[in-house]
Amino acid sequence: MRKSGVGTYVGFLVILVWCLLPVAWIVSLSFKSLAETTTGSPHFLPQDATWDNYKVLLGMTSDKSTSHDFIAALRNSFGISIVATVLAVIIATLAAYAIARLEFKGKRLVLSLALAIAMFPVVSLVGPLFDMWRTFHLFNTWPGLIIPYMTFTLPLAIWTLSAFFREIPWEMEQAAQVDGATSWQAFRKVIVPLAAPGVFTAAILTFFFAWNEFVLAISLTSTTSSRTVPAQMSYFVGPDPFNPPYSQLATASVIVTIPVIVIVLLFQRRIVAGLTSGAVKG
Amino acid sequence: MAAIEMKNIVKQYGDGFPAVNDVSIDVADGEFMILVGPSGCGKSTLLRMIVGLEDITSGDMVIGGKRVNDLAPRDRNLAMVFQNYALYPHLSVYENIAFPLRLAGASNEEVDKKVRNASKTLELDEHLDRKPGNLSGGQRQRVAMGRAIVRDAEAFLFDEPLSNLDAKLRGQMRTEIARLQRRLGITTVYVTHDQTEAMTLGDRVAVLKRGILQQLATPRELYTNPVNLFVAGFIGSPPMNFLPATVEGNSVKLPFGTVTIPEEKAKKAQGKGLLIAGIRPEHFEDAAVMDSAKHSGSTFREKVDVVEWLGNEAYAYIPFEAPPEVQEQLLQLERDLDGEALRTQLVISLDGASRIKEGDEAELWVDSSKMHLFDPATGENLTVDPSAAGTSPADTSTSKVAEQQDAIASPGEQEDAAQE
Repeated sequence: MRKSGVGTYVGFLVILVWCLLPVAWIVSLSFKSLAETTTGSPHFLPQDATWDNYKVLLGMTSDKSTSHDFIAALRNSFGISIVATVLAVIIATLAAYAIARLEFKGKRLVLSLALAIAMFPVVSLVGPLFDMWRTFHLFNTWPGLIIPYMTFTLPLAIWTLSAFFREIPWEMEQAAQVDGATSWQAFRKVIVPLAAPGVFTAAILTFFFAWNEFVLAISLTSTTSSRTVPAQMSYFVGPDPFNPPYSQLATASVIVTIPVIVIVLLFQRRIVAGLTSGAVKG
Repeated sequence: MAAIEMKNIVKQYGDGFPAVNDVSIDVADGEFMILVGPSGCGKSTLLRMIVGLEDITSGDMVIGGKRVNDLAPRDRNLAMVFQNYALYPHLSVYENIAFPLRLAGASNEEVDKKVRNASKTLELDEHLDRKPGNLSGGQRQRVAMGRAIVRDAEAFLFDEPLSNLDAKLRGQMRTEIARLQRRLGITTVYVTHDQTEAMTLGDRVAVLKRGILQQLATPRELYTNPVNLFVAGFIGSPPMNFLPATVEGNSVKLPFGTVTIPEEKAKKAQGKGLLIAGIRPEHFEDAAVMDSAKHSGSTFREKVDVVEWLGNEAYAYIPFEAPPEVQEQLLQLERDLDGEALRTQLVISLDGASRIKEGDEAELWVDSSKMHLFDPATGENLTVDPSAAGTSPADTSTSKVAEQQDAIASPGEQEDAAQE
């Protein structure tokens, strides 16, 4: 391989600046006071850095009106995303295992249907879902969001996981069975741990989808009892309708981004495949 | 520990192809049984039917007096070592060995005692905390064996356990397996395509060809008394020489001259027309280096094409022409053996002291009393000593099945070979 030259580093720098500048701008905004964002001449760095926005949003001031809604939305976001992720991963793991290991009629159909669902534009379903959920009394409830989130993330999770399962040698399972395991024990003690990178990948993808989703969240909820953070942020109006509270919006954005970054940092090593090395002669 | 009885085992796949056809083998309690044959002969399928990873189409699999056809692998209490070891990469060596015990619900003290015992036997003590991924091939192999010996299994099953190791390690592990089996005295079925392993390890060896048991005998019986051309060609390295031969009285006409054979052998081969004579390479010798006392065979002069000198011995090659009917049979045999011989030639094992060089016309001696004579049509050994040939189910009705199968299989043979 050719040694990377100066050009490579310049390239890195350009891409980094391009990607991180908006993030830096949002972080900088979140430390500006409300007054500073409404003045005419904006600066990149806050003139007078303050934690006020964070304090207001997280309810550390006497005025709890904004924080109350925001914290409720955060709770909804966490709850809905985690439940949707756990369910989607469990179902996807079982489905992917069946697809990877068993021969059954309609296997291709299941896979292509799953792909079709993944390609379906979410927006086109908002209307029908709205009507259905009102009839089923699922409108403005947690299950009302969990079910569509699961549905839209399952296909990707199934595809990812079945690819991982196919990589695991059959002998692993057969060895476990000869060692005295039932099919379920072999699956739980050997196959799932080996597919762990795939399970984590699927879980993270599902979680991010549910965490960031906006269209369904705004359409299928009406109160803070089930509204998630992305939807709640659109209700940050502030006192003046022509001047949205940019600094508070930026603060909320920073706060919802933190869990995502933490998750990626925690699991990035698990996502890296290669756990199966050493299973068989390699 | 238990005996394993296979009674008329058949394995037929969805397309009707019989991977294993009417095989009956009794493995005695504590016996070391080898299943050997070229690739695609059904030996691994048979092993997987014993352990329960393949369904049995028909026949009875009896382990320890109990019919196990419909039992799941976990209910058969057998231990298996896979070709690629199939270690659990997410578990340490200790937990890999402990895995069967944990599944059986053993207490922690019991697990610890048994795992330490097994690891001591296999000298794995310093590796117990490592993951399989960090071990060498030989160490992984030992972990796989540890997982097998840690439980009180009815029998050990090995599926080509040494084929992934390099030659030196393979030799060491082979001795190790033999020692372990003798010490534990446990019934063992061992699948291999390597005839050195088959000859050295087994109490008895079952030779299979295309799903059909050819001969079941001790290694010595197989070597000295092969029942047919296939077994004769498969056992022995370099392989037995096959030459066109015609028998008249006590003399046999071979491409390089006429030799005499003992009367009882000659009688069995009278009036059969063109036959195939089988002579092992070591039954030839350079006449110049021999004690004259040993001169009981015949000598002949022939031009040597190639000589390979190995120090303790030398191999000399002498090409010869074979008539088409023999040529056809030999080519078929070569395909059955997974070989790719390009020409008919005589391989002769000479004493290391021999001075024969390439291109020399040498005087060579042959011990014709050790010669076998095969019927070119059926491949059957006409001169076999039935009392010292073990059992070969091909004696009776099954030989017809085998021939039919051969006849059906022949047209597609080359395609099969190409696919493999």
